[in-house]
Amino acid sequence: MTDPAGTDPEPLIDVRGLEKVFTVRRKAGRLRRVREEVRAVDGITFQVPRGEMVGYIGPNGAGKSTTIKMLTGILVPSGGRLRIAGIDPARERTRLARRIGVVFGQRTTLWWDLPLADSYELVRRMYRIPDAVYRANLARCVELLDLAPLLAVPVRQLSLGQRMRGDIAAALLHDPEVLYLDEPTIGLDVISKAKVREFVREVNAERGTTVLLTTHDLTDIEQLCRRVMVIDHGRLVYDGALDGLRAAADGERTLVVDLERELPPIDGVPGARTVRVEGPRQWLVFPAAQSAAPLVTAVAERYPLVDLSLREPDVESLIAELYARGATGTEPGRRTPDGQGAPA
Amino acid sequence: MWCVAVAAGSFRRYATYRVATAAGVFTNTVFGFIVAYTFVALWAERPHLGGYGQAQALTFVWVAQALLAAAALMGGGGLEELQERIRTGDVAVDLYRPADLQLWWLAADLGRAGMQLIGRGVVPMAVGALVFPLALPGDALTWGWFLLSVLLGIVVSFGLRYLVALASFWLLDGSGLSLISGLACMFFSGMLLPLRVFPGGFGEVVQLLPWAAILQVPADVLIGARSGGALLRGLVFQAAWGAALLALGRLVQSAATRRVVVHGG
Repeated sequence: MTDPAGTDPEPLIDVRGLEKVFTVRRKAGRLRRVREEVRAVDGITFQVPRGEMVGYIGPNGAGKSTTIKMLTGILVPSGGRLRIAGIDPARERTRLARRIGVVFGQRTTLWWDLPLADSYELVRRMYRIPDAVYRANLARCVELLDLAPLLAVPVRQLSLGQRMRGDIAAALLHDPEVLYLDEPTIGLDVISKAKVREFVREVNAERGTTVLLTTHDLTDIEQLCRRVMVIDHGRLVYDGALDGLRAAADGERTLVVDLERELPPIDGVPGARTVRVEGPRQWLVFPAAQSAAPLVTAVAERYPLVDLSLREPDVESLIAELYARGATGTEPGRRTPDGQGAPA
Repeated sequence: MWCVAVAAGSFRRYATYRVATAAGVFTNTVFGFIVAYTFVALWAERPHLGGYGQAQALTFVWVAQALLAAAALMGGGGLEELQERIRTGDVAVDLYRPADLQLWWLAADLGRAGMQLIGRGVVPMAVGALVFPLALPGDALTWGWFLLSVLLGIVVSFGLRYLVALASFWLLDGSGLSLISGLACMFFSGMLLPLRVFPGGFGEVVQLLPWAAILQVPADVLIGARSGGALLRGLVFQAAWGAALLALGRLVQSAATRRVVVHGG
């Protein structure tokens, strides 16, 4: 199963040297306009084997959405080669559409003024889902996503969390081989987020559905993906394990400790330094790659510890740091795909 | 077939807007009375204007009111939603489906039109028939030709509105174009005044434009101003414009989805 080159013989998603160049006209003086090329996606190469869950992250405007639009066939690439399950998306958009599912956190595929169930009925016909498959999939989604009380409710009356669950179900009724999730948890409360993540995890584990997840919420990635790809300025600046991203980016985590009383700044804890003291509360930072456990033990041994919390570096700052360092090539963090596929 | 499901869903969707439908019926009826009395005055002064008798002219008025919403004689008709989806980038979601965009919206438009023909067409027409002497056909066959002609007219209307909506791929804001196109339809369909009333070359030209297929032809079929060969020619005229506009729509659609950026992230 291990493939040191990272190129499976037949990856489900196969992207090689993918490019998208937009021509923009810009004003230059009173009447003159100059044409400028914007390289939204600038030579991206990656492969995703069947059954893998991959996080695709990057700051706004990095080229994430453009990539997804090319992967789904609604934008034609300017260069490079692109195959999803052997299909060229731009050429055979409709054929591909039957085999993929797409969920946008900020858009909906559901019929606004009609009951949720009507949208599912339409999906059944549009994707020509066999009755038995449809019934089984719908029953499963209804159960796992708690949709039963919502089926008769017009979509416009659903809360954001309910609508999101409804949208995810709609994207999965036809058993897609690939699921693109674009910020599926944006704007959701903690409980709804957990529900969505749990469901995605189950779909991936049980069905072996390949998932490409775009998000700004690092927790989504942490809880779902072992592999993460980071894009910035149209280039992949990292492709590898999530833990490796922390190490690669030299990110720092923060341990917030509440002591019994006000004390001078904690010191003498190896690998950590105290950056802030506010009454009995103190902030310690330490390298993200380092485990927090020995640090907590060391503090607890020597100080009267009441409470503590751990703060992860957020994805934006990791990416910002990664890019600022001009991360050279993706080789150091290149993933090894063993154990990353879904259980058969 | 998914198209049928889209049309049926669209029909049900418009059926849920009960207050809007009631308000529409009221507006169409009041508007109908105003134009009807104007026409009464006009035809009293100039009988047989455009070759219509007064009863025929009054029927024309109430057919226009009955088709106002269904055939979107003043523009709109749900395609402003597509326009908005293009503007916000939500159209990307439509493009991810294994369904043709034009066929999807045509089906949705026919569903909407079906609901609005029943919901907003029948009552004003009935009120008109009760209050004014109308020239309505007694045989079912003419009504059948009329309904076919209405269907073709709605397809032509869709073809035009779809092109206007697609223009949003290139325009930042398509509402100005929608407004102009709505006004053009109101005039060139014959809603303000039957096109046959216009004299000379202008009258002949406007009857060849696509808008004539939306109201002028169906109304003429109902009031008996078109029968036999003229009826057939009318239907062919409508079908030809419908086919031409749908084909043009496909062409523009493929240009839009190939070359133009889908807005938004």
